[in-house]
Amino acid sequence: MQNIPPPATRSVSLRVNGKPAQLEVAPWVSLLDALRHDLDLTGTKKGCDHGQCGACTVICDGERILSCLTLAVMKDGSEITTIEGLGQPGNLHPLQEAFLEHDAYQCGYCTSGQICSGVAMIEAGHGKTREEVKDLMSGNLCRCGANTNIIDAIMAVKDGNHE
Amino acid sequence: MNNFHYTKASSVDEAVLAGKGAENYFIAGGTNLLDLWKYDLTHPQKMVDVNGIEELKTITELPNGGLRLGALVTNNTTAYHPLVEARYPLLSRTILAGATAQIRNSATNGGNLLQRTRCYYFYDPASPCNKRNPGSGCPAVEGQNRLHAILGFSDKCIATFPSDMCVALAALEAVVRVTGPNGSREIAFADFHRLPGDRPELDNTLGQDELITAIDLPPRGYAEHHNYLKLRDRNSYAFALVSVATGYELEAGMIANARIALGGVAHIPWRVEAAETYLEGKAPTEASFAGAADLILAGAQGFEHNAFKIELARRTIVRSGMMALDPSCQRPGAPPSL
Repeated sequence: MQNIPPPATRSVSLRVNGKPAQLEVAPWVSLLDALRHDLDLTGTKKGCDHGQCGACTVICDGERILSCLTLAVMKDGSEITTIEGLGQPGNLHPLQEAFLEHDAYQCGYCTSGQICSGVAMIEAGHGKTREEVKDLMSGNLCRCGANTNIIDAIMAVKDGNHE
Repeated sequence: MNNFHYTKASSVDEAVLAGKGAENYFIAGGTNLLDLWKYDLTHPQKMVDVNGIEELKTITELPNGGLRLGALVTNNTTAYHPLVEARYPLLSRTILAGATAQIRNSATNGGNLLQRTRCYYFYDPASPCNKRNPGSGCPAVEGQNRLHAILGFSDKCIATFPSDMCVALAALEAVVRVTGPNGSREIAFADFHRLPGDRPELDNTLGQDELITAIDLPPRGYAEHHNYLKLRDRNSYAFALVSVATGYELEAGMIANARIALGGVAHIPWRVEAAETYLEGKAPTEASFAGAADLILAGAQGFEHNAFKIELARRTIVRSGMMALDPSCQRPGAPPSL
């Protein structure tokens, strides 16, 4: 690393999973690293760190984004939802339930990104057909090969078979 | 990757003032810039965050019947905007053919124009590249060049410009509005991106200190007859091998005016006005579009791994022209129909 500029950190105020969160971070810290390291929300995963895999998907102000390609300082004032905010054991989000029912994961590494991505897509009202849903979920890779079941789970929630 | 200074701008003037300097970058979505920084391909000294400039976040109707797209409106917001869907569905189609939903939710209209090539050698800091390190050479000419140009390249650079959205903006003859230390100006879309020539490090004609503020769409949107046909190695989240944006208006069954722009084949969205003039007064048939394709692809030249793109482009122009007759046959994620 070259020339660390003073002051090295900035204050960032977020609302994360419904609660206020105050951070002191260097400007080059990604939202992903801030969530995992500063806020200990390790449900959000780091896969490629280059926007290719979607494992780091979180919901920011209602829209799914890649937390690895976003600086934490750019999101000052934003409302972030991570997998921890969607559901907890005993109180799962319908899409989490559907992932269980449809066997929509194997190793589980991509799962939190898949679920955040799927929830935001459904809430945005996008993806009218299975074909469209597959296209709109192409930003989340599953290298185990659970994709078919992932789409099944999302379609079940979209069609209202899970509530 | 290096550390950098960071500042937020809340107005265009503030941003332009803060942005002065060779290694200062405006950051909006950051989806390409942060990736380049992580790969050690750019070394920003200062990031000027322009996301606080509210006036650049709107889509507004222009008195001439056109539409002004704020530079900070995200690609997804633009693609799903009711006025864009209704009047410029070709633009909506091209945006949704690019990247992923997550990236389109962050990436902005201004930033889309400024994304860098995805040439493998440009993206590999260990490799020579005339675009990244002028004078160091171009390994793509004799290397892996499947994604590379068949038109308008130079011996210095055979990279392609990767945007889908810009293929539609070229076809629609959009105008790019920019502001710099010396004031504001408008750049016709055809003059915005540039061919590599002897200066492949320059992707476009935007001044180093200038900020894109908006993209203006002229009134003509080709809503009735348009198509974007993108061919790639997988059906989603891949850059184009060849893509074609087609729009035309019919009068009594004959083409009154037409626009055709290609992506994935050159350092710029590729458009040949002679081919569009050729189509005027002709019926929208395979023979007509094949004639236009000959004019568009005149002088095309392939390399070891991309020569197939010449014939592929020819067929894609014809297919896109025919598909434009009935735009309802296009759906995201669907294979090309006909």
